[in-house]
Amino acid sequence: MTLPSLPLRVAPPLTFGSRRALRLIERNLYVYRHTWVVIVSGFFEPLFYLLSIGFGLGALVGTVPGPGGAPIPYQLFIAPALLASSSMNGAITEATLNFFFKLKYQKTFESILSTPLSTADIALGELGWALIRGGLYTLGFLVVMVVLGLGVSPWLALTLPGALLISLAFGAVGMACTSFMRTWQDFDLIQLVILPMFLFSGTFYPLDSYPEPIRLVVQLTPLYQGVDMLRSLAVGIVGPATLFHAVYLAVMGLAGLVVVSRRLDKLLLR
Amino acid sequence: MAGISRVLEHRLVQYRRTFRSSVFTSFLSPLLFLTAMGLGLGGYVDRSGTAALGGLTYLEFLAPGLLAATVMQSAAFEATFPIIGGLNWQRTFHAMYATPLSPRDIALGNLVWMAIRVAMIATVFTAIIVLFGAAHSPLVILGIPVAVLTGMSFAAPISAFSATQRTPNQFNVIFRFGITPLFLFSGTFFPIETLPSYLQPIAWLSPLWHGVDLTRGIVLGTLADRPVQMLIHVIVLAVIVTVSSWATIVTIERRLVKG
Repeated sequence: MTLPSLPLRVAPPLTFGSRRALRLIERNLYVYRHTWVVIVSGFFEPLFYLLSIGFGLGALVGTVPGPGGAPIPYQLFIAPALLASSSMNGAITEATLNFFFKLKYQKTFESILSTPLSTADIALGELGWALIRGGLYTLGFLVVMVVLGLGVSPWLALTLPGALLISLAFGAVGMACTSFMRTWQDFDLIQLVILPMFLFSGTFYPLDSYPEPIRLVVQLTPLYQGVDMLRSLAVGIVGPATLFHAVYLAVMGLAGLVVVSRRLDKLLLR
Repeated sequence: MAGISRVLEHRLVQYRRTFRSSVFTSFLSPLLFLTAMGLGLGGYVDRSGTAALGGLTYLEFLAPGLLAATVMQSAAFEATFPIIGGLNWQRTFHAMYATPLSPRDIALGNLVWMAIRVAMIATVFTAIIVLFGAAHSPLVILGIPVAVLTGMSFAAPISAFSATQRTPNQFNVIFRFGITPLFLFSGTFFPIETLPSYLQPIAWLSPLWHGVDLTRGIVLGTLADRPVQMLIHVIVLAVIVTVSSWATIVTIERRLVKG
């Protein structure tokens, strides 16, 4: 492989991958044709959580302070947060365990590299596939939200690209981390980060019960950024902070993509 | 018995190499769940009154339920991948079968190991419940055997099923459409009385609900208030464990003998 010229190396995201990444998405479509149940089942997980925690437990909670401080019903509080965290979880599963399996055991990427596809195409194609899946789940979840009477703001439509941004950010960084993993045991480290974030990032309850320093730390986590972004959109209280969340996640995703493509170069081509 | 203990020894030696990774899933994650849901979210539940929980704080209500639900998840995991791995991937069960061990030893040895794993998790979880001050009765110690019974009411039937599988594809369905809905709707996070009345009888079909209700009775010391119901729970769980342990022996034997 020839090294890209200096400007390309300085600003790789601008020329990242090629249309050939679509071939990888096509490959994944063919593979998953046989296990479509796995795909379909992914839609039900956030739905079950919404019905159980949102409506079952929510009946005991009543209202909680939402974005801007005004009280909102617990169902409306939790639904966008579940969407954000399931986008994160879906992207992380695909980008860590499944990615690792293809990289180390199935040697899928090695055979793909014997075709005209490049490592950047692989990174882009895998991520594109994760985004298509995530987008379908999000669409399904949004329909359910509207049917259950949780569609209170026209901004809700923007939660679709918002959720995709969360998938992008976590998927790219997840793949980047996976490229450094040696064994399955190492993935516990990822869970060690993901689970506390899932539980404590303002997903299930507002941050106002935390002391100030802890609240600051929580607000810096990527999941909090995603949760707060989707919640503001769902409730319809949108401001500069919402835009900041989006930029945060986009930068995180691009950084992850650059790292993963360089790591794949190192692992597969040298 | 000697055969079973040999199989058990194999699992123990194996666990010595991998226990580090199980520390997180088995011990740390229940602690985090209890802190976030019981204390964090619980604060908001308690704020709007505790009448629906029979005067309990949400932490007191959640802790025993979460104990039962956690052992269910761990037991289900122990009953899927290690079994299919032993029969299809590493083929350790075939290797064992080539020794004087019988299929019965292999099946029961693995089930006993699962019970030990569940007991370990339940012991740590019970200690956490006591530390959080959510136990009302010294009988809380009995929560451990009850958790083992609950866990095995999942481990045994799922093991019997796993032994019939050659790929893990169906496991996804079990977890997504079995374990997760049970985790969420068996009275763990909210009393089943708040479900629509036509859904409540369905809870009786969930082994987890029997386990949750029983564990709650023990940890909160309300066992004696409803002795008949508690006895029914024990009988239901014991029957499931007995029948499906037998089924596990049959399915493992079938795979080992007929391939």
